[in-house]
Amino acid sequence: MALNKEQIAKRIARELQDGFYVNLGIGIPTLVANYIPEGVDVVLQSENGLLGMGPFPFEGEEDADLINAGKQTITTVPGSVFFDSAMSFGMIRSGKVDLTVLGAMEVADNGDIANWKIPGKMVKGMGGAMDLVAAAKNIIVAMQHTNPKGESKLLPNCTLPLTGVGCIKKVVTDLGVFDITPDGFCCIEYAPGVTIDEIKAKTAGRLTISPNVKEIAV
Amino acid sequence: MNKVVAGADEAVKDIPSGATLMLGGFGLCGIPENCIAALVRLGINSLTCISNNAGVDDFGIGLMLQKRQVKKMISSYVGENAEFERQMLTGELEVELVPQGTLATRCMATGYGMPAVYLLAGYGTEVAEGKEVRNFNGKNYILETAFNSDFAIVKAWKGDTSGNLIFRDTARNFNPLMAMAGKITIAEVEELVQPGELDPNFIHVPGIYVQRIFQGENYEKRIEQRTVRKRN
Repeated sequence: MALNKEQIAKRIARELQDGFYVNLGIGIPTLVANYIPEGVDVVLQSENGLLGMGPFPFEGEEDADLINAGKQTITTVPGSVFFDSAMSFGMIRSGKVDLTVLGAMEVADNGDIANWKIPGKMVKGMGGAMDLVAAAKNIIVAMQHTNPKGESKLLPNCTLPLTGVGCIKKVVTDLGVFDITPDGFCCIEYAPGVTIDEIKAKTAGRLTISPNVKEIAV
Repeated sequence: MNKVVAGADEAVKDIPSGATLMLGGFGLCGIPENCIAALVRLGINSLTCISNNAGVDDFGIGLMLQKRQVKKMISSYVGENAEFERQMLTGELEVELVPQGTLATRCMATGYGMPAVYLLAGYGTEVAEGKEVRNFNGKNYILETAFNSDFAIVKAWKGDTSGNLIFRDTARNFNPLMAMAGKITIAEVEELVQPGELDPNFIHVPGIYVQRIFQGENYEKRIEQRTVRKRN
């Protein structure tokens, strides 16, 4: 069985280390906050100007002045701090944010990423994605392995306009976990019930299988 | 030094058609609602607006788009707005998309009197096309220039009659950066107080950057994505 979105988020949450400052993108990455392991203390950064993002507010307590980068109403945790947008990207750019998790339309086997623009369709903008991928120390992509047409999203080269070059370190899809290495994607884990043959068939970019490959603990 | 003007209409009355404006806010959070309404009433057009977003169809900068007052938007993200999309696709509206951190830092550079900055974001992408690239310590950076903004229009939580500003929560976002970047900066505040009432240790923007200030009224503070959890 391929992983569902919650299981992808749960697997990525295991990458979190105590003391990490983490920026979570919109979509599956947001779900990672629900699976932070017990005993791991992380601070969530929201690039519109907050360190120490908490859960959604209780009904009736939402505040228009307190939102996340997805424009959702949120809360803060004790010790949180607000700042302006330049400082927010300053801390990202200077490498203070330990981990960024974001979605993608395509990832190439050299770590290039495309996630902001489809030619011929209305372009909404890159938001903070280009800044995050250019500067974050460690970037994990959370996405489906194939697009709705069944075509691989793990490619030899991105076909869509790039968001960043050579910046992605790891990809977690519904089929497995892949490190990006000089030899391309390296499958280090596979989803329960998913075969290596299926992963090979659905990965268009260069792919190696780790000698220590194992099943993802769901 | 008293910088108080009577209200939004008075604050924006000399903004001419064709001006370049910075407008604070992230989504609909911390936008200068009163001034946007006054700009719609003033009816000027051919504006270049520098703002992270372009509002929604019936609120924020969306109201100015409805009246076709905007010639060009410089933004990082412009979804959530059907009229914007229509004008963009028909070519009525020019759009320059800028990475969010680059947008913020270009505003900052303007307020700090720096003509340009080298930034990482967008290297190797179409954002870098036509721009100078320079290598520092093994990494490639793009030269990004400061803005030339005739007016900056911001929304603060509290301000005093000298123009000192304090922002609230994530409504801060681009507001302090833009406040520092306007040739003329107009600040609308929820609460206008006398000098001495704000603790000088907790002021975000010094009044030297602000030329006009007034207490806004009837803030709607619309929420774009209301997300809540149930008790228990």
